[in-house]
Amino acid sequence: MSKFKKKNKVSENIPTSALPDIIFMLLFFFMTTTVLRENTMLVDQKIPEATQLQKLEKKTLISYLYIGKPKNTALYGSEPRIQANDALINTTDIALWVNQEKDKRSESEREMLTISLKADREVKMGPISDIQFELREVDARRVLYASVGKLD
Amino acid sequence: MASKRGRMAQEVNAGSMADIAFLLLIFWLVTTTIASDKGILNILPPKQDPNVPPPEIPLNERNIFNILVNANDQLLVEGEYLDNTNSLSDDVKAFILNFGAPNADAIALYNSLPESLKSQANRDPKSSDHPLTGGAVVSIKTNRGTSYDVYLQVLDQVKKAYFEIYAERVGITAEQYRALSGKNAAEKELIDRGKADLPMAISIAEPDKSGGN
Repeated sequence: MSKFKKKNKVSENIPTSALPDIIFMLLFFFMTTTVLRENTMLVDQKIPEATQLQKLEKKTLISYLYIGKPKNTALYGSEPRIQANDALINTTDIALWVNQEKDKRSESEREMLTISLKADREVKMGPISDIQFELREVDARRVLYASVGKLD
Repeated sequence: MASKRGRMAQEVNAGSMADIAFLLLIFWLVTTTIASDKGILNILPPKQDPNVPPPEIPLNERNIFNILVNANDQLLVEGEYLDNTNSLSDDVKAFILNFGAPNADAIALYNSLPESLKSQANRDPKSSDHPLTGGAVVSIKTNRGTSYDVYLQVLDQVKKAYFEIYAERVGITAEQYRALSGKNAAEKELIDRGKADLPMAISIAEPDKSGGN
């Protein structure tokens, strides 16, 4: 009995030298896998499902447009609105926004600028086609319909 | 004595370690949204010059695969009602690979296809002539009131048909083909070989006005 007690007392001091390594490993894992959302969502976002998804390699070439019903319906109404960066914009402002996005990129990258349309699944085709018309006008013709994978 | 203590200390009490790991895991699950830059890529047609009328490309009715979606999300595919989009990709695939009236280029393309794709050529004179440029075109027409979700499903099925054909040409699965990024020469070569002479001819018409906002 006394032998057991003695052993327990010895093993009380745990070597904690490996703990920081583990924590660092997890920290690096978080850092590499997560992307912080830069802007708060002002519109509903329930991304539709699809099967034939393609992944874009260069993230710097993507600009996002969020389309959906505003969360604050008292202020913005219940019709789908477009959110670019941090604010809700009108369809007529898209041209300006695209040009601003193009200016942020280098000359060679402007051609390959892709607009990711993050549209809510409740949205109708009317607003989507208006946006596409505006994008055609400013020659930002690469459009990605953001969607999540469907399990079939 | 000292060496004995050192050996004993090697047994780490791993019980609490699991708690810590779980805590971090839950923290990560709650706080992060995995960035998904995945989606269906679509290249819009170039801007129309109002002074120049759009070029009239005469296309035979048999060379167009018509998909209509109305404001109630009902599907009309080649004049027939469809309840869901599940079988659409097979129809589109059969339409693209029909080879009803191939010209010399199309025959050369046909001969370059693997056997599994050759066997899918129905040679139906009422369907598309050949899949080369000016041949089979898939037309999707929606209404302003059509929901975006249904439109995406239809586009998804049409893309699926093309990707399956491309992948089968180069002998890989459709998932593998879609995952090709074109980063290195070998992947680029595979992509190009898959879609050579078989352009993705998807025409998305301007939605008509009724039933939407």
